[in-house]
Amino acid sequence: MKFRHVALAAVLTLGFATAAQAQVKGPVKIGFITDMSGVYSSLDGPGGTAAIKMAIHDFGGSVLGRKIELVTFDHQSKADLAAAKAKEFFSQDGVDMLIGGTNSGAMLAIEPLAAQYKKPFIVIGAGASTIVGKQCNGYTSLYAYNTTALARVTAGAVIKHGGRSWYFLTADYAFGKALEVDATKVVEADGGKVLGHVMAPLGASNFSSYMLQAQASGADVLALANAGGDAANSIKQATQFGVTKKMKLAGLLLFITDIHSVGLPAAQGLYLTAPWYWNLNAESRAWSKRFYAQMNAMPSFSQAGDYSAALSYLKAVKAAGTTDGAKVMAELHKMKVNDMFIHNGSMRPSGLMIHDMYLMQVKTPAESKEPWDYYNVVQTVPGNEAFGPAAAYGCPLDK
Amino acid sequence: MTEIFGVPVSLLLGQLLLGLLNGTTYAMLSLGLAVIFGLMDEVNFAHGAFFMMGAMFAWMGGQYFHLSFWWMLLLAPLLVGLVGLLVERLMLRRLRGMDPIYGLLLTFGLALLIEGLFRTFFGVSGSPYNPPELLSGVLNLGFMYLPLYYVFAMVASVVVCFGTWLLIERTKLGSYLRAGTENPSLVQAFGINFPLLVMLTFAFGSALAGLAGVLSAPIVQVSPLMGSNLIIVVFAIVVIGGMGSVMGAIVSGLALGVIEALAKVVYAPISSTVVFILMAVVLTVRPAGLFGKEK
Repeated sequence: MKFRHVALAAVLTLGFATAAQAQVKGPVKIGFITDMSGVYSSLDGPGGTAAIKMAIHDFGGSVLGRKIELVTFDHQSKADLAAAKAKEFFSQDGVDMLIGGTNSGAMLAIEPLAAQYKKPFIVIGAGASTIVGKQCNGYTSLYAYNTTALARVTAGAVIKHGGRSWYFLTADYAFGKALEVDATKVVEADGGKVLGHVMAPLGASNFSSYMLQAQASGADVLALANAGGDAANSIKQATQFGVTKKMKLAGLLLFITDIHSVGLPAAQGLYLTAPWYWNLNAESRAWSKRFYAQMNAMPSFSQAGDYSAALSYLKAVKAAGTTDGAKVMAELHKMKVNDMFIHNGSMRPSGLMIHDMYLMQVKTPAESKEPWDYYNVVQTVPGNEAFGPAAAYGCPLDK
Repeated sequence: MTEIFGVPVSLLLGQLLLGLLNGTTYAMLSLGLAVIFGLMDEVNFAHGAFFMMGAMFAWMGGQYFHLSFWWMLLLAPLLVGLVGLLVERLMLRRLRGMDPIYGLLLTFGLALLIEGLFRTFFGVSGSPYNPPELLSGVLNLGFMYLPLYYVFAMVASVVVCFGTWLLIERTKLGSYLRAGTENPSLVQAFGINFPLLVMLTFAFGSALAGLAGVLSAPIVQVSPLMGSNLIIVVFAIVVIGGMGSVMGAIVSGLALGVIEALAKVVYAPISSTVVFILMAVVLTVRPAGLFGKEK
């Protein structure tokens, strides 16, 4: 009994000693919390981890003379799990910054913790504009895209091509609702009409009854305010149930991994908005080839975004000469970002990264020249036009 | 959203058809549960896991061994039946004569274990499983387009359900089963190998769950969690139909599918709870279930 107590005390002391030491000289730690196994895992997940590791490698593996380390966590699309782990990362594990993956609900739950612990939190995979809305806090950045930009660019394009009346199939949580609200604004501002909506739970997998409801609405456009596996399944089932015979589909958030799983015959002609595409230019192609060698799939824009976020953070740490959250954030706000992923990027005070977005159209099977050759770039939309005026977000820091 | 008369007929018909399809899945699952409960007084909580295994086996067969849907339609239920057989022979049999709560706990634990294993290897994300080439067409019914596979799944399930009913109600083997339900020791006294009968019944019930899993695979995503999402509803259906009643399980399974669909048209948010509301009502009015006998 006594021996056990002594042993326990020894272990605890040693543990504390190493923890204390870690704070002084240990590695710079990057945390990555995303969906590693659920509906959103193919568009971010393990591929995102690989991308961040590439960034650490490309940066040389160390910064300010300290090794760079990556710790990851699978939040399983559960907001409570995500928040609990983020808290542990910040308060116990000495994580210096956090890259947020998919699922806006989970990211909104983490956001206040970033401010509480004064650690940079860069959100990539999730896109609810509310992240940089009223609850913006100076430590959180929405870096790759958001629902406002998706709605403005995609909905604008679809209306221009004759889709006047809309019906929404919406993912029943923060992201889907934000996307629907943003798209509704655009549709109504451009003189279109929204006839109704149906909410489907995340990961519903069988959308057949929702398809019937959409068909019965008589709208021109079925807008998919969902993402990942859900979007892929909705497109497949919309084709199966003959929805596409009378209605046009508008995928408000589509990743290339979704198009890959749906296949071109069902996805051809779809308009979509993205901040990046692997086949955009020589630089993106070179990076994607490296990614492909590891993951056996082309990177989605969120995976490329994970890479860029890690790289920008490390550059900011180097420039600031410290990992102190406030100072690094100040550096990030000052930086002009131009890398493999971001073109003409600069951060608004709210934390929203403004950069060029692209309107794409999915190629027909005949147009596609090689595997993963899926998009035609229809238009490059400058950042401020895509993301819209700062006032619309309602972040107090923007004023 | 609450208007009933504002609903277009095509929408109503379409939803009813999809409801009927869900109903056949429910019926097949609750049938397996009812057969097992009837003979063994055993609530098999691993039923959802068996359903999931059926679907996962089908997917794995295609993925790793390039076996077609038709092969897996045959093989997957057999494999699941074999798992059921082993579970009965090696574990459940030891609990016979003890409080049923032990069997319940055992099967519940098994369900968690099986799901956990599949989750570890395959993650929680679904994998698509495409219907066979032969059935990948679409049927134009005038009021809706219906994928051919849905028709096949519906017909196959109904055939299997009524085949099972005939087997139990109209054959000699079925009469042993029914007698065993009433009085096991007397049946044994007549020289029938009752333990063997129980083992085969459990295997058969499990195989039915596996078959339902294979049939569902092309309609929903195949995932380790697909069973646990469904099983609670199926338990409610068995309670509504009457524990152990074969006909009750089939009829209430089909009916509940249709009622769910109607609820979707009338007031969508209630569609996922309507089963439990009905269960509460049935339990108050007829505690033994609609087709159950008071014991």
